[in-house]
Amino acid sequence: MQTENTKTNDKTALRVMTRDVDTRDRGGPRQPMLIIRGLKKHFQVSGKSLGQPKIVVKAVDGVDLEVGKGETLGIVGESGCGKSTTARLLMHLIEPDSGEILLDGETVGSMRGVDVRELRRSVQMVFQDSYASLNPRLTIEDTVAFGPRIGGLSRTEAKSRARSMLRMVGLAPELFAQRYPHELSGGQRQRVNIARALAVGPRVLILDEAVSALDKSVEAQVLNLLQELKKTLGLTYVFISHDLNVVQYISDRVVVMYLGQVVEAGPVERIYETPRHPYTAALLSSRPSMDPTKRITAPPLTGDPPNPINPPSGCRFRTRCPLAEDICARVAPALTAVDDPAHLAACHARVSGSGHSHASAAA
Amino acid sequence: MSDQAATFSGAIPDTVKTERSRSFWQAVFRRLSRDPLTMICAAILLAIVLIAIFAPWIAPNDPYKTSMVRRLKPPGTPGYWLGTDELGRDMLSRLIYGGRLSLFMGFTPVVVATFIGGTLGVIAGYAGGRINMAIMRLIDVFYAFPSVLLAVAISGALGAGIVNGLVSLILVFIPPIARVAESVTTQVRTQDFIEAARATGASGARIVTGHVLSNVVGPILIYASSLISVSIVIASGLSFLGLGVSPPLADWGLMLNTLRQSIYIAPVNAVLPGVMIFTTSMCFNLMSDGLRSAMDVKG
Repeated sequence: MQTENTKTNDKTALRVMTRDVDTRDRGGPRQPMLIIRGLKKHFQVSGKSLGQPKIVVKAVDGVDLEVGKGETLGIVGESGCGKSTTARLLMHLIEPDSGEILLDGETVGSMRGVDVRELRRSVQMVFQDSYASLNPRLTIEDTVAFGPRIGGLSRTEAKSRARSMLRMVGLAPELFAQRYPHELSGGQRQRVNIARALAVGPRVLILDEAVSALDKSVEAQVLNLLQELKKTLGLTYVFISHDLNVVQYISDRVVVMYLGQVVEAGPVERIYETPRHPYTAALLSSRPSMDPTKRITAPPLTGDPPNPINPPSGCRFRTRCPLAEDICARVAPALTAVDDPAHLAACHARVSGSGHSHASAAA
Repeated sequence: MSDQAATFSGAIPDTVKTERSRSFWQAVFRRLSRDPLTMICAAILLAIVLIAIFAPWIAPNDPYKTSMVRRLKPPGTPGYWLGTDELGRDMLSRLIYGGRLSLFMGFTPVVVATFIGGTLGVIAGYAGGRINMAIMRLIDVFYAFPSVLLAVAISGALGAGIVNGLVSLILVFIPPIARVAESVTTQVRTQDFIEAARATGASGARIVTGHVLSNVVGPILIYASSLISVSIVIASGLSFLGLGVSPPLADWGLMLNTLRQSIYIAPVNAVLPGVMIFTTSMCFNLMSDGLRSAMDVKG
């Protein structure tokens, strides 16, 4: 993808960044980069003035996550399941109602831990809408240089940083630095967004549907660019997408979300080959098959997800679950290791002694 | 498509200076220059402004020299090409000098109100919540009155005089400008690029100056430019009512007032200041329309 000329220029930029990464590593390689415990965010959509009934959307309702260093964590789920809210909570772009975030072993926002500013420098985000996430009035050089300027670099330092970042994402600064967002294609804009996010030297990159709006061929190019950047900069990715194939391609581990909660988590190959939660299984079988003889006509999942304003009691998936029983309405299943300590699922049918008729057979 | 750049990048040496891409404002001016109506209006306004600035050199007579003998001469009288007013003063000279005060009364309140109202609106729009509530409700109080009535009321309360007239006009224009600024800022604030800027750890002030302002000045300027004509008209109205400027100063609105008694005797003379007010405000309006359409498209 890149020629000799640009490669040599990249290397100087990269060396600086890789050294940064090493000094910032506090907890050692085995310490997860991000740990999220009991993260909750409820949005009040009504009841702000007197007399109105109080209505609360439980967008994220008790999410636990762990992202290892250098890992790509895929987060999948239907629209409205809280994927994007989780991403914004991770960056403190919105304040969580409860729960804690640990960055490299240190609590974010507490007295002793790292502050929100530092979190934001260490964790950056690429948004889905490549156009809306670039200021239409700024040249892309100025857009990319904004973060480093905030970080304390001088105007000229920030500009040269921006240029090396642009080169790194495959956009020649001589051609692109002075352009405006509307003069670029979707793929080029998303490269700029990646450059902008990387310009502040983050350790974690959250990609919130970052390639979903791109053409398939451009999507592949951007995915390959992401893989390359990850390798050279030692990054950790949180990759949010509704596209199961892309998640399978890029992720090391996958988390499946349903109505603001994690229903299954595990290594990518286990999730895709032996899904243990009925929702994951349904989601995977909803993918169109490449084999015409295996195509299905009946949808594996019927209906819309229940309203997050008033989620079902017990297990939230039970209203659409083929295995639902009495126990599922009464008790909310906890995330438990199934088969393998790394593979977690929140389903009564997979936990022996839960009282579910499938339980003993499945465990 | 997106990878063309990567393929090209090797072929183009670092030393090659590629053409700098046009900025948004350059593109706007280019489009404006291709709009004949806007350019005609701009030319007329430029002429009016230049004539007002160089009034002492251009005016053929002293605008304040009265003469009982040559009162209300019709236009075309030798030496007094636009006739004389009810006190025998040269109409042409008075119109030229009157432009100074009228334009000053048109521009100043709008410029000051754009700063104050724009700042209030951007703060309200960006901060949201309670701050927005406090600022915008306060502004609604002013907004509730018709603008002319409000100007007359404030001016009347403060008493006649140029400064008081300016103050009342500024107070009249702050609310609508703040409204526009607030609604544009609210729109911009929800965009992803603001979120991305917040993600870099930038403070609110840095985000506003770096990302919000560049996106809101355009619409605010368009709106403000359309207010200049309103300001000239209201200022003239105040002068007409004996509130803003007081005689014998030359001001279009005031001239309209004093000449109104002679409208049956010398209708053309009486109408001339009105023609000036109309032409100027019309040109400002058309220019603001042109600016709006020039800024409408990206690219």
